[in-house]
Amino acid sequence: MDVPVKPADRPLTGRDTRPVYQLSRVSKKYRQGNIQALSAVDITLTEGSFSSIIGPSGCGKSTLLKIMAGVEPPSSGRVVLDGKPVTGPRRDIGMMFQQATLFPWRSTIENIVLPIEIREGRAAARKAHVDARELLELVGLEGFEEVYSHQLSGGMAQRAAICRMLITRPQVLLLDEPFSALDEISRDFMNLELQKVCMSRRATTMLITHSISEAVFLSDRVYVMSARPGQIIETIEIDLPRPRTTEMMVTPAFGVYVQRIRSLLDKGAFQ
Amino acid sequence: MSTSVSEDDTVWTEHVSFIDRIPRWIAMLGLLAAVLAIWQASHSFGIVSPIILPSPGETGQDIIYVARNLISGGYMLKALWITTQEVLVGFLFAMLFGFSLGILVGETSFGERAVMPYLVAIDTMPKVAFAPLFLSWLGFGIASKVALAAFIATFPIVVGTAAGLHGHNENARMLFKTMGASRWQTLIKMKLPMGLPQIFTGLKIASVGVMAGAITAEFLGGGKGFGELIRVAASQLQTPRVFSLILYLSLLGFCLFWTVVLVERRLVFWHRSSGPTGAVR
Ligand SMILES: Nc1ncnc2c1ncn2[C@@H]1O[C@H](COP(=O)(O)OP(=O)(O)OP(=O)(O)O)[C@@H](O)[C@H]1O
Ligand SMILES: [Mg+2]
Repeated sequence: MDVPVKPADRPLTGRDTRPVYQLSRVSKKYRQGNIQALSAVDITLTEGSFSSIIGPSGCGKSTLLKIMAGVEPPSSGRVVLDGKPVTGPRRDIGMMFQQATLFPWRSTIENIVLPIEIREGRAAARKAHVDARELLELVGLEGFEEVYSHQLSGGMAQRAAICRMLITRPQVLLLDEPFSALDEISRDFMNLELQKVCMSRRATTMLITHSISEAVFLSDRVYVMSARPGQIIETIEIDLPRPRTTEMMVTPAFGVYVQRIRSLLDKGAFQ
Repeated sequence: MSTSVSEDDTVWTEHVSFIDRIPRWIAMLGLLAAVLAIWQASHSFGIVSPIILPSPGETGQDIIYVARNLISGGYMLKALWITTQEVLVGFLFAMLFGFSLGILVGETSFGERAVMPYLVAIDTMPKVAFAPLFLSWLGFGIASKVALAAFIATFPIVVGTAAGLHGHNENARMLFKTMGASRWQTLIKMKLPMGLPQIFTGLKIASVGVMAGAITAEFLGGGKGFGELIRVAASQLQTPRVFSLILYLSLLGFCLFWTVVLVERRLVFWHRSSGPTGAVR
């Protein structure tokens, strides 16, 4: 009998698959204030992989993500997604921020189809209601379609924001500290949701976080950045089986990864 | 020893003073009654001359007389209709100019840097002083009244609109950018709706100013409106008539203001401070 070479318990780590997102020698200098935010960042995301960036505050993480999303131009370097250079916002990139930013005059479902309404108009947005309902079910928000956002809790609002990000079926998800405004319990829960979503969609994901354990828990790969000007000082492969469970967070292997990243950050912060 | 706490055991609780316990409508009616009583007393004891301040009774009779005239479609109704037209048309023009200038100032850097300083300069002038100018340009008909009303009401709308457009947050802007929204879409679907609370604040101020503009222009430039009736009544020392006319005029202003408030409640249902005073409901 043939023994499979690839371990069956890790079906989704995109480590050995095709690169989809490539950044080479990306630098950014903000003319306003003459701030060198990033210097020569190289990152390659493979298809279906989950990566995290962790680094000291103000080191240029958000800047990097904005460049990847095509909403901020780099000063130099190449940004290529799926063979095409990123020169502006794209439909196949979904983004999410610390604040859910739902618009209070729209119901939950209208908020979710907003990206479709903007790109393709109202008729297409109405048709997308079917997809939106499916997504709401995926994140456990069924029944909240017609509710206005001020009636949602923080965690529910972020789940709606996940649906809004997914409605255009993006290939790449860029997340800028999406759950850091939530309490720890909802946050752990949202991380499990996020893992579920990413696995079911096979999306290539990049997460910015300040939480080391969150980075280890979710990622196949963690990029550690130095203080400004931001540079990748180390790339750490997280070799834990998927799907990850909260029980794994107390295993020795998990602790080793956390310790490793912590010592890197401590060094980076005081150099 | 019992651990349950009866009401008598409460040692410290919120204290509400006697006056604050009175229901609102009783408090309002009570205050009105007190004012009327003082009014009547100052009259009965001859403290003020009846020409300066008529008795509440006289004024009440005149209020009924004017009401009859208005209901039967008399000359007063025609005058009220003329003033209503001035106010409404003035308000429409004020919204037209106010929104256009507000968007120019709030949305373009040319508007903000080049147009806004002039608007601020004009806004600091006493705008009523322009009334003779409008009269000499537009004559003694309805047009000059509309012009002054619109002129006064435009500025609060400009300021409200511009402030509203600046009020959006960075997250919403970034979100619209990632969705590839055009400038027009960002304005229509995000900035304007987000700015509605401030825009309505401007509209409420304007709805009061537009009345002042129309009446001032009628005082200065004649015509056939309600302001003219007031002016004539005052010049004939018909003080009760002046009071009752002012009362009906304030009803017109009240209707306009509340129309704005009701539209606001419909459109800005999601904002906690949509209401006449902007208070939390
Ligand atoms: N639009 C801008 N213009 C000028 N400087 C900017 C701009 N945006 C960010 N910066 C500067 O660039 C640096 C990096 O900012 P960035 O927001 O990318 O940091 P960050 O790593 O996301 O920080 P945090 O962890 O606090 O979110 C900071 O020093 C910031 O002040
Ligand atoms: Mg940031």
